[in-house]
Amino acid sequence: MKALRKYVDKIKPAFEEGGKLHALHSTFDAFETFLFVPDTVTRKGAHVRDCNDIKRVMIVVVLALLPALLFGMYNVGLQHFRSLGEAAGVMQCFWFGFLRVLPIVVVSYVVGLGIEFAAAQLRGHEVNEGFLVTGMLIPLVMPVDIPLWMVALATAFAVIIGKEVLGGTGMNIFNPALLARAFIFFSYTPCISGETVWTAGLGKGEGVIDGFSGATPLTSLGEAVTSSADIVWNNAASIKAAVSSAPMDWFLGTIPGSIGETSVVAILIGAVILLFTGVASWRTMFSVFAGGLLMGGIFNLVGGNAYLDMPAYYHLLLGGFAFGAVFMATDPVTSAQTNTGKVVVGLLIGMIAVLIRVVNPGYPEGMMLAILFMNALAPLVDHYVVAANIRRRNKRVVVAKSK
Amino acid sequence: MSKIIKLKRGLDINLVGKAEEKIAQAAAAGSYAVSPLDFGGVVPKLLVKVGDVVKAGSPLFFDKNHAEVIFTSPVSGKVSAINRGEKRKLLNIVVEPDSEQSYEEFDVPAVARATKQEVTSVLLAAGLWPMIIQRPYGIIASAADTPKAIFISGFDSAPLAPDMNFALADRQSDLQKGVEVLGKLTSGKVHLSLEAGRSGVLDKLTGVEVHRFQGPHPAGNVGVQIHHIDPVNKGEVVWTVNVADVAIIGRLFNTGKVDMTRVIAVCGSEVKNPCYYRVVAGAPVGTFCKAEGDVRIINGNVLTGTKTAADGYLGYYTNQVTVIPEGDKFEFLGWAMPRFNKFSVSHSYFSWLCPKKAYNLDTNLNGGKRAFIVTGLFEKYVPMDIYPMYLLKAILAGDIDKMENLGIYEVIEEDLALCEFVDPSKTDIQEIVRNGINLMIKELN
Repeated sequence: MKALRKYVDKIKPAFEEGGKLHALHSTFDAFETFLFVPDTVTRKGAHVRDCNDIKRVMIVVVLALLPALLFGMYNVGLQHFRSLGEAAGVMQCFWFGFLRVLPIVVVSYVVGLGIEFAAAQLRGHEVNEGFLVTGMLIPLVMPVDIPLWMVALATAFAVIIGKEVLGGTGMNIFNPALLARAFIFFSYTPCISGETVWTAGLGKGEGVIDGFSGATPLTSLGEAVTSSADIVWNNAASIKAAVSSAPMDWFLGTIPGSIGETSVVAILIGAVILLFTGVASWRTMFSVFAGGLLMGGIFNLVGGNAYLDMPAYYHLLLGGFAFGAVFMATDPVTSAQTNTGKVVVGLLIGMIAVLIRVVNPGYPEGMMLAILFMNALAPLVDHYVVAANIRRRNKRVVVAKSK
Repeated sequence: MSKIIKLKRGLDINLVGKAEEKIAQAAAAGSYAVSPLDFGGVVPKLLVKVGDVVKAGSPLFFDKNHAEVIFTSPVSGKVSAINRGEKRKLLNIVVEPDSEQSYEEFDVPAVARATKQEVTSVLLAAGLWPMIIQRPYGIIASAADTPKAIFISGFDSAPLAPDMNFALADRQSDLQKGVEVLGKLTSGKVHLSLEAGRSGVLDKLTGVEVHRFQGPHPAGNVGVQIHHIDPVNKGEVVWTVNVADVAIIGRLFNTGKVDMTRVIAVCGSEVKNPCYYRVVAGAPVGTFCKAEGDVRIINGNVLTGTKTAADGYLGYYTNQVTVIPEGDKFEFLGWAMPRFNKFSVSHSYFSWLCPKKAYNLDTNLNGGKRAFIVTGLFEKYVPMDIYPMYLLKAILAGDIDKMENLGIYEVIEEDLALCEFVDPSKTDIQEIVRNGINLMIKELN
């Protein structure tokens, strides 16, 4: 690595103050610190520092996202060949999906990192690693047939309006990846909802076989409710007749849906990585699931239609619930910052997500809206937690005086 | 027997180079120095010039804002240099020692019958008053105040810290006298906190309220102990004294002389034979530790100490000198590597698998500065009912009310030093805390 270090040292002067490539110094710096942990030593305060840094934190999240990404690629192929009525092997499915998903990932990273580099240059600070995660999250919450220009536009919106105008990673209010999805959801609704967008090629009507439904289970469930169809929840055949997939498929993820959100198994592998390394808060993650179960349970008690009667834990398998709980709700920047606050925000995210789904079946994806809503409310929750701490402190004074 | 206060939150950083329990003699020193920079917030006014002859205990300078607080020479001899830095800032006063030491004689009262006034004036005149630190703020106490209590931490839990029971083993009578003197200064109690499960000279002291603490660093920080014994509220003042300084105060009242000799731990991975040394405050660090190669000499411990040059001097308060390697080296893809030889509290590395392993850490920052991103981390290392992140943000925003409400009166830099160590965003947390305290002092006085 000495030769590489030498080369970096040789080209470095060009990017420094007065060098002819100074305009690109933050870009150079980003690549240099990517290759080599800098030789910066502590000047103030503690002389030794933990070897953990934001690069490490972010790369762990990217690693945790890989199972969902890889399964997502496989599932894109699987759904495609199913829609055609063709049999295909695992590698064939994966390869097809890989070619379809890769462009979305590339567009997301190129646009997002481009803006991040430019912003870092403008502000004169180092390029932040936050987008390494965001750039991976965005493709995973998109339908496979999303036009690439839309991905680019949504990414640009999320990074500029959602993050950079507020001061960059660490200062944002809303989760940037969800903001990108919400942007498309509200601006180009037909491209991210309905029955045809979730399967590659279906929108263009490529020889679909009879009986294939590209609808996600949540959409099908919504329709079942609207048409007052009856689903016998302890009968797999009855479930399959109504939503064309069984709960086991929901768990494994072999259903139509956004690229990375379908497989609960893949997401749980990511969850284990995040919880084991301590990168994500277990408080948030568990309380989101608990909130979903709680709300589902309440609806079970009310009962009345197919959706209300659905066993509460099925909610955790469907749609973006698990993905949101593991990767989105746990975003440390936009979630609550206090431990108590994390539990409260998590519970509310889970409850609101199920509430939106069930009460308004025309709006199948409640998770995105629930998380964005609680992103906005998290500072308020924290405010009350901190206020309680202040009250405790003030009470101490009163006690001390009365002694 | 008092009950044990158990603390769960915190972190013991296990470093290579623990001082062996033997006391070595430092080499003879050609000069001693007192630096006003050891005393936070002091504006020094000189009382000597180059060539003046001084005794141990003779005044060298005083604080412009508190003229009664004077600072004295640790040795007798001739003032050989007065060093200044940028803008003529006073860096230190160097005294060339006599071969035979002579001491100023102080007329010490019998402590049992002495008044607060008498005790105070002796401490001020002898230059030992700066050993008394006030909370809130962690600055030299104001002689006009009467604190509600005085706190002494009987152990230091910082990395490689000296064992106070060993360093002070032969000082029982001085320690006893010292706590009696402190008892004269407060209307309340003198609290002494000891480490649970350890015993030694400090257990034999009488006239103090003993508390026992158990848990990882910062359990030995006096600020943490105060929080659990009798917290500081708005408008209250308590004083703290380092236990080694209690012995020096006691010796003054036993002998009438200022004798700044103390036993310090010289430790760290870059010290050849880490052990204890008997030295006088202000001695050149070169007399007890040889710096070889690219190393950093620290007056104090690795979390809160001050960087000192190889030709620098021992500080006024220092009980420990640590020498560790500098980390000014590039590391190829370091952030993506397993890094088996580095320490991290994060489970994304492997150091948690071998909690007993001692690490040789260097001074590399291990990353770049970022905004606050990770949450819920700092709380694990501050065993107090305080939200560190909110306190830091209040300080950064300069919001006096919030700072007050969130606990600025209860902390000084050292109490949040572990947060600085673990922070993946590499924020200079101790500096933020000090700036916050300085802002409070400026706004409220």
